[in-house]
Amino acid sequence: MAVTGAILVLFLVGHMVGNLKSFFGADSFNHYAEWLRTVGSPAVPNRVLLTVVEIALVLAVALHMWSAVSLARRASKARPVKYAAKRKSQANGYATHTMRYGGVIIVLFVVWHLLDMTFGAVNPEGFDAEPYDRLVAGFDPSRWWVTLFYVVAMIMVGLHLRHGLWSAFQTLGLASGRSYGKLKAAAALVSLVLVVGFLAVPVGVMIGVIK
Amino acid sequence: MSEQETHGYKVGEPIKDTKAPEGPIEGRWDKRRFSAKLVNPANKRKINVIVVGTGLAGGSAAATLGELGYKVKSFCYQDSPRRAHSIAAQGGINAAKNYRGDGDSIYRLFYDTVKGGDFRARESNVYRLAQVSVNIIDQAVAQGVPFAREYGGLLDTRSFGGAQVSRTFYARGQTGQQLLLGAYSALERQIAAGTVEMHTRHEMLDVVVSDGRARGVIVRDMVTGEIETHLADAVVLATGGYGNVFFLSTNAKGCNTTAIWRAHQRGAMFANPCYTQIHPTCIPVSGDYQSKLTLMSESLRNDGRVWVPLAKGDARKPADIPEDERDYYLERIYPAFGNLVPRDIASRAAKNVCDEGRGVGPGGLGVYLDFADAITRLGRDAVEKKYGNLFEMYERITGENPYEAPMRIYPAVHYTMGGLWVDYDLQSTIPGLFVIGEANFSDHGANRLGASALMQGLADGYFVLPTTIGDYLAGATAFDEVDEEAVTQAREAVQQKIDKLLSVNGTRTADSYHRELGKLMWDYCGMERTEESLRKALERIPELREEFWNNVKVPGDPEGLNQALERAGRVADFFDLAELMCIDALHRTESCGGHFRAESQDQDGEALRDDDNFAYVAAWEWGEDGPTLHKEVLDYEYVKMTQRSYK
Amino acid sequence: MGMNLTLKVWRQNGSSDEGRMVTYKVEDVSPDMSFLEMLDVLNERLILEGDDPVAFDHDCREGICGMCGMVINGVAHGEQRATTTCQLHMRHFEDGAEITIEPWRAAPFPVVKDLVVDRSAFDRIIQAGGFISVPAGSAPDAHSVPVKKDDADAAFDAATCIGCGACVAACPNGSASLFTAAKITHLGLLPQGQPERDSRAKAMVEQMDMEGFGGCTNTGECTAVCPKGIPLDTIARMNADYLKASK
Repeated sequence: MAVTGAILVLFLVGHMVGNLKSFFGADSFNHYAEWLRTVGSPAVPNRVLLTVVEIALVLAVALHMWSAVSLARRASKARPVKYAAKRKSQANGYATHTMRYGGVIIVLFVVWHLLDMTFGAVNPEGFDAEPYDRLVAGFDPSRWWVTLFYVVAMIMVGLHLRHGLWSAFQTLGLASGRSYGKLKAAAALVSLVLVVGFLAVPVGVMIGVIK
Repeated sequence: MSEQETHGYKVGEPIKDTKAPEGPIEGRWDKRRFSAKLVNPANKRKINVIVVGTGLAGGSAAATLGELGYKVKSFCYQDSPRRAHSIAAQGGINAAKNYRGDGDSIYRLFYDTVKGGDFRARESNVYRLAQVSVNIIDQAVAQGVPFAREYGGLLDTRSFGGAQVSRTFYARGQTGQQLLLGAYSALERQIAAGTVEMHTRHEMLDVVVSDGRARGVIVRDMVTGEIETHLADAVVLATGGYGNVFFLSTNAKGCNTTAIWRAHQRGAMFANPCYTQIHPTCIPVSGDYQSKLTLMSESLRNDGRVWVPLAKGDARKPADIPEDERDYYLERIYPAFGNLVPRDIASRAAKNVCDEGRGVGPGGLGVYLDFADAITRLGRDAVEKKYGNLFEMYERITGENPYEAPMRIYPAVHYTMGGLWVDYDLQSTIPGLFVIGEANFSDHGANRLGASALMQGLADGYFVLPTTIGDYLAGATAFDEVDEEAVTQAREAVQQKIDKLLSVNGTRTADSYHRELGKLMWDYCGMERTEESLRKALERIPELREEFWNNVKVPGDPEGLNQALERAGRVADFFDLAELMCIDALHRTESCGGHFRAESQDQDGEALRDDDNFAYVAAWEWGEDGPTLHKEVLDYEYVKMTQRSYK
Repeated sequence: MGMNLTLKVWRQNGSSDEGRMVTYKVEDVSPDMSFLEMLDVLNERLILEGDDPVAFDHDCREGICGMCGMVINGVAHGEQRATTTCQLHMRHFEDGAEITIEPWRAAPFPVVKDLVVDRSAFDRIIQAGGFISVPAGSAPDAHSVPVKKDDADAAFDAATCIGCGACVAACPNGSASLFTAAKITHLGLLPQGQPERDSRAKAMVEQMDMEGFGGCTNTGECTAVCPKGIPLDTIARMNADYLKASK
C-alpha cells in the first residue's frame, strides 16, 4: 500500500507540473505532451519510456487497489458480526471514511479522466484533437458537471493523500511519536499543493485564462 | 471449662519445621540447596507437576519448573494467566541490593521483616527471603521489566512504607503489573516450548490425596462446566489470599479461598488465619452496591496530611473548617512518625476517630487526606508530577478533584498473612502439596511490610520452590499408582456440592450472603477484635451458613459458563474459613501485627504482644467436629523480641 | 433520586447460539456506581426473577487486569477516555439514557457467552516471541547493563498494555497491531531485548496474521480507546522491525 502509494504520489506531482504548462499557452502544453511521447528518443524509440511509465503506473494502481481490496476483505473476515450500535469514531474517523470510499470515487474518476483526456472518447474534441484543445473543450463552462466531478475528485484525492502520505511513513516504519506532527503537517501541505495545482487548470479554463 | 468448650477447638501435638538446616543463619539456604536431592534430567521429563494459580508465585514457579524440564500443567480461573491479581500491586518490590550505599544489607532487610512481622515469622525463612531478594531484581531486569531508572541509566529506588533505607524498586505505580507480565512472558515461553500445558478458565475444586500424598486436582472447566481430573506427582498451590472473606477488599472479585480451603479439608493445616492486613489509604465505600475497594498508594502519605474535624458530626465542607477546628490526629498522637506510621496503626487510628463520630463522607466512614499544604509548599506542578496518576484515579472513581478538596480515605482489607502451613521447603502437611505466595503463611509473620508481597511471591516461585520441590520429586519414580477410589471420591464430593447449590432454589443470591458475611467479619473480626465481638461472630456465622445452604438461589445449569454458580461455591467456602478465622482470633488473646485484640493494649492504646504465651504459629487441623490447634513455637536467635513503638 | 436506564444487551447462550439484543430496564442507579456495579444490580435482579444473569468478564475492577471490556454505545470501554469498563462510572450517563452493550466483535475473539469473549489469540501472539529468553537464576547483576532513561520510560509506556483487546474491538479492520506492537516496542527498546529483536518481530507479526486479525490502516481508533494510551508509534516501530527482519 505504502510503496505503490508513494509511486502514485510521485506521478501526481509530475502530472500536476505538466498540467500547469497549460498556463503558458497551447504550444507549451502540446510540446510538453509531445515530449512525453518522444522522451528517450533516439536512444530508444518513441513512446518506449512513456509506455514503461504507463505500465508501472497501471501496475502501481492495480497493486494499490489489490492491497486495498485485500485489506478490506481481511477486515470484513476479521469482523463477521457487526456492531448493532452505530460505532462512534474516537479518532475523528477521518481515515476510515476517506480512504476506502474515497478510493472508489477516485478510481471512477480516473476511468472517466482517461476516457476524457487521454482517449478522448467522452471528449467533445475526440481522440484526434491536440491535447490542449481537448483540455479546453473538456472543461468548457457548458460542461460544468464535468468540471464539478473533477473538483470533487481532486478534493477526494487531497483527503486521500492527507492520510495516505503520513500513513505510508508509518507503514514503512519511518514515523515516530515525535515526527507525527511534522509528518502530518507535511502531508497536509503536499495534499493542498496538489489539489490547488490540479484545480488551477479547470478554474483557469472556466474563467478564461486558458482558452 | 476446657478450651474446647469455650472456643470450639481441641489442642493437638506441637508441630515443627524439620526442613530448615541448623547452623549460622547466613548459611542455611546454601546448606538446604546442597542437601536437597537432585532429579535426574532424564527423569524430569516423566515427572508431572500441577501448579494452580498464575500470579507472581504461580506464574514464575510454572515457568521455572518448565525450564528445568518437568512436565507442568498450569491452571487459572481467569481467561489468561496475565490477569492474576498480583497485577494490581502498585508500590514496589523490596530487595537488599544496597545500590544506594545507605546502609542496607541482607541482614537489615531480614531484621526489618522479622520486626515488621511483629515477631511472628520464622527467622530461617525470612533470612532466605532477604537473600533471594537480590536475585529477583536481576532476573526481572534481564526479562525486560522496565523498572524506573535514573539519568545515569541505573535503577532508581525509593524508601517505602516507613523503611529507613531506600530499597524499593518500582515501575511507576504499576510494579506488580510489570513483574507479573515478566513472569507471564516466561510462562508463555514455556507454553510455546511445550513444557507447560496451560488451562485457563479452570477452577480448582479439590485435591486428590492418594496414599497420603497430593497426586492431583479436580477442576471445573468454567466454559463447558465439565469436571476434570488431572493427576501429577506433586501439586503446587499458588492461589493467593482470602481477603475477599470480607466481601469488600482490595482483592480482585474472583480471588477466593476455595483451593486452599479444600486442601485444608484434605489435611493441609491452616496457619494464623486471623492475621489480616488492613491498608489505611483506600477510597471509601460510596453505597450499598459497592463491589470492591480501590487502594491508593501509600506513598500519598509522604505529602498528604490526615485529619478529621475536631467536633463530632461536623458537616461543613472541609474548606470551611478552620485550621484550629481540625484534628491532624496522626501527627498529634505519633509526633515522631506522624502521617507515616505503619499501616496497622494508621488504619486503627482512622477507625477510632470514625467510631468517635468524627468521620467524614457518606456514613461517616472516611478521613481526609489533604494535599493543600503540599501544594502550597511544592507547587501544584510538583504535586501533579509525583501523584498525578493517583489523583486522576481518585477523581475517576469519586468524581471529586483532589487538587481542590482533600481526598477521603478509609482503611480496607488488603492482604492476608495467614495461609496454609508450610515448612522451610514450602511443603504443607500433605506430602507433595506445596504452597507458595500469599496462599501460604510463611514469611510475613503477623504483618507484612510494604513492597514485600511481590518479593515473597517471586522468591518462592523463581528460586525457592524449584529447588526444594526437587528433593521431594527425586523419589517420584517410586510413587504408587494413584488410588482410583481417591479420585472417584473427590470427584463425587465436587459434583455433590455443585448439585446441592443448584438444587436449593431459595430466595437470596450468593452475593447477598457474601455481603452479609463480609459485613459481619468486618464488624466483628476486622481492625479491632474483642472476645465479645468474636463470640458474636462465631454464633452468627453458622446460622448464616445454615440459611445459605437452605435459601440460596443459584440459577442455570451445571453445564456451560455459569458465573453465579462459581460465585456460590466460593461463598460456601468463605463461610467455613470465616469461622476458623474467628476461632483463631478468639484463641489469640494478644494483639500482634494485623490482629488487634482490644483487651490487649497498653495505656496509650497500642497493641500489646504476649510473647510468653503466643510466640507460636497457630496451625489448625481440620476436623468434622471442629479444628485442632497445633503450635509451632518460634525461636528468635538473631533478632531480639521488642515491643514496637512509633511514638 | 437515582437514574433510570434502558439497557440493550447482547445475549448469546454459548458459541453456537445465534445471539440477540435484549432490552432491560434498570432503575434507581446511583451516579457513583461503576458500570459493572450497575450490571451487578441488574444481575442480582435477574437471578431472583429466575432469569439467566448477563455473563461478563471482570476481575480486579481497578483498571489493570484487562479482563473486563464491552462496547458501550458503539465505543470500546465507553466514551470516557483512558478508562476501562470497570472504572467507568454512571455519573457520565444521563437519566433516562438508552445504553447499548455489546461484546468485543472480532473473529479471533469468538463469543463464549453474552459479553464474554475468548481472547486466547493474544496469549498465542505472546507465545510466538513476546519474551526475553532468560531462565531463572542465570541473570547478570541488574546494574551490569545501564539503560538510557528515555528508553526505559518509552519501554514502560509500551509495557503498560493490559491486553484487554479494546484496540481490536475499536479498529474498523479488527486489527491487533497495537497490542502486538506494544510488546515488540517494550522489549525492542531495551538492551536486554536486542538479541531476539528481529525474530520476535517476525514471529509475533506472523502469529497475529495467522490468528485472523485484520490489517492496520493507521486509523488511530485503537490508541484513542486504549485505557492505557499505548501510543500509535509503537506500530511504526513494529513495522520497521518486521521489515528489517523480513529482508
